[in-house]
Amino acid sequence: MAFVSVKQLLAAVEEQGLPLWEVILNEDVKDRGVVREDSFRQMNALWAAMKSASEGYSAAARSKSGLVGGDGEKMRRYALTGNGIAGAYLSGVIAEALRMGESNACMKRIVAAPTAGSCGVLPAVLIPFARANKTGDREITSALFVAAGFGQIIASRASISGAEGGCQAEIGSASAMAAAALVCLKNGTPEMSACACSMALMNLLGLVCDPVAGLVEIPCVKRNVIGAVNAISCADMALAGIGSAIPPDEVIDSMRSVGDMMPACLRETGTGGLAATPTGAAAAKKIHGIL
Amino acid sequence: MNLFDIMGPIMVGPSSSHTAGAVRIGLVTRKLLGEPVAEAEMLLHGSFAATGEGHGTDRALVAGLLGMKPDDERIPSSFAIAEEEGMKFHSGTVTLRNVHPNTAMLRVKGKSGKDLEVVASSLGGGRIRICRIDGIETNFSGDCPTLVVHNLDRPGHVAQVTTLLYQYSVNIAAMQLYRNVRGGYAVMVLECDQPIPAEPLASLEKEDGIIKVTYLNLDE
Repeated sequence: MAFVSVKQLLAAVEEQGLPLWEVILNEDVKDRGVVREDSFRQMNALWAAMKSASEGYSAAARSKSGLVGGDGEKMRRYALTGNGIAGAYLSGVIAEALRMGESNACMKRIVAAPTAGSCGVLPAVLIPFARANKTGDREITSALFVAAGFGQIIASRASISGAEGGCQAEIGSASAMAAAALVCLKNGTPEMSACACSMALMNLLGLVCDPVAGLVEIPCVKRNVIGAVNAISCADMALAGIGSAIPPDEVIDSMRSVGDMMPACLRETGTGGLAATPTGAAAAKKIHGIL
Repeated sequence: MNLFDIMGPIMVGPSSSHTAGAVRIGLVTRKLLGEPVAEAEMLLHGSFAATGEGHGTDRALVAGLLGMKPDDERIPSSFAIAEEEGMKFHSGTVTLRNVHPNTAMLRVKGKSGKDLEVVASSLGGGRIRICRIDGIETNFSGDCPTLVVHNLDRPGHVAQVTTLLYQYSVNIAAMQLYRNVRGGYAVMVLECDQPIPAEPLASLEKEDGIIKVTYLNLDE
């Protein structure tokens, strides 16, 4: 059985004396009864698919509703000017998150990580990181195991579904997974990965799922940006030695209880929050009337 | 959920429930029919009906009926491909009782005239459940080789089917029995660990009292 708590995962790392990603890989091998090479190859294929999804971005594509498209290209061009407030890496991250979110809305092939709506977060931090640091595929794949391992614990203790737990469960979980993966890529300790995961989730706690017209477009595409940028800041905090005041498992449990308290109108029904604004409601009426 | 339920699947967007799940519903229906689809009627219920078009649910269902998988990049152009392949389809909405909000009812007719009605729900993350076949309640995931036998509700048919599977060394992972009324029309659903060869399937169809044999062949 897979790990059910961060505490248990860290104890297993301690006990086995192996890198964090390898402990997670070994557990997958046991859980699914597959061989190591297959598990690694499968994860590596997801990384390859993320890269090809990024390359397949089309600046001209618009979603069927017409609500989103083209912003990833605007951001990429802006990032290239070098005048961005955020600097080269972060501007590139923002552009990548938008591109992937838009590709998803435009029915392109993406990697759900953990969901389709949050598919931009991990590639947004990993692709520019690999480019800037000339990181090899093996290292990125290892980092994806770390991301998936934390994601699995979040899914088992709380949720990764917006319909169940709001956007904190989708973008929040993706951000926590990405933060842990980044720490791994910077050779941080397993405890640092756990802290980064925990802080990223804390920062997005309570985020509601309120898609305009019920579509994975507004605000979903741009929420991928906050998930990615939050992951980077939490990874950097953890690498600086800053701890998570509330232990990771308790943060995950609180995400669940916040999700349980959330009214249905804020859990992917497209009836509350931004979806219920006059502009959001008018867009819904227009789209569902015309389509 | 295993590690790759969290990371992955590779899929065509925008929604794992409304797009990837819908492709799988179409694909499982196509496989249950066991032959290319000539005509299809797709009725959407609940959230599928409300936001299905924006999520491409209708195109996803057609893509699945054409045999595409959730990561097939031709999903957005499935309508045109259906036309090229001569598959007729039309969609509408329906209100079903006691079902998941993301549910579709598909009525399909194969090239040989064989027909089938399937009601299936998309549960999230691309996972699905087949809830009804030809009006009779079922409950299976479509993740393993599944045999669905329609027969007259009388003694012996279950033994007949399970004996046959035993003879071909097919192990049954889960089994469910349903019927409309006592002595009426019955359905057995057997989810198996191994694929079922073609010969026992063909011989079953000829047995007295067995009305219809449907097999979900994952290797097809």
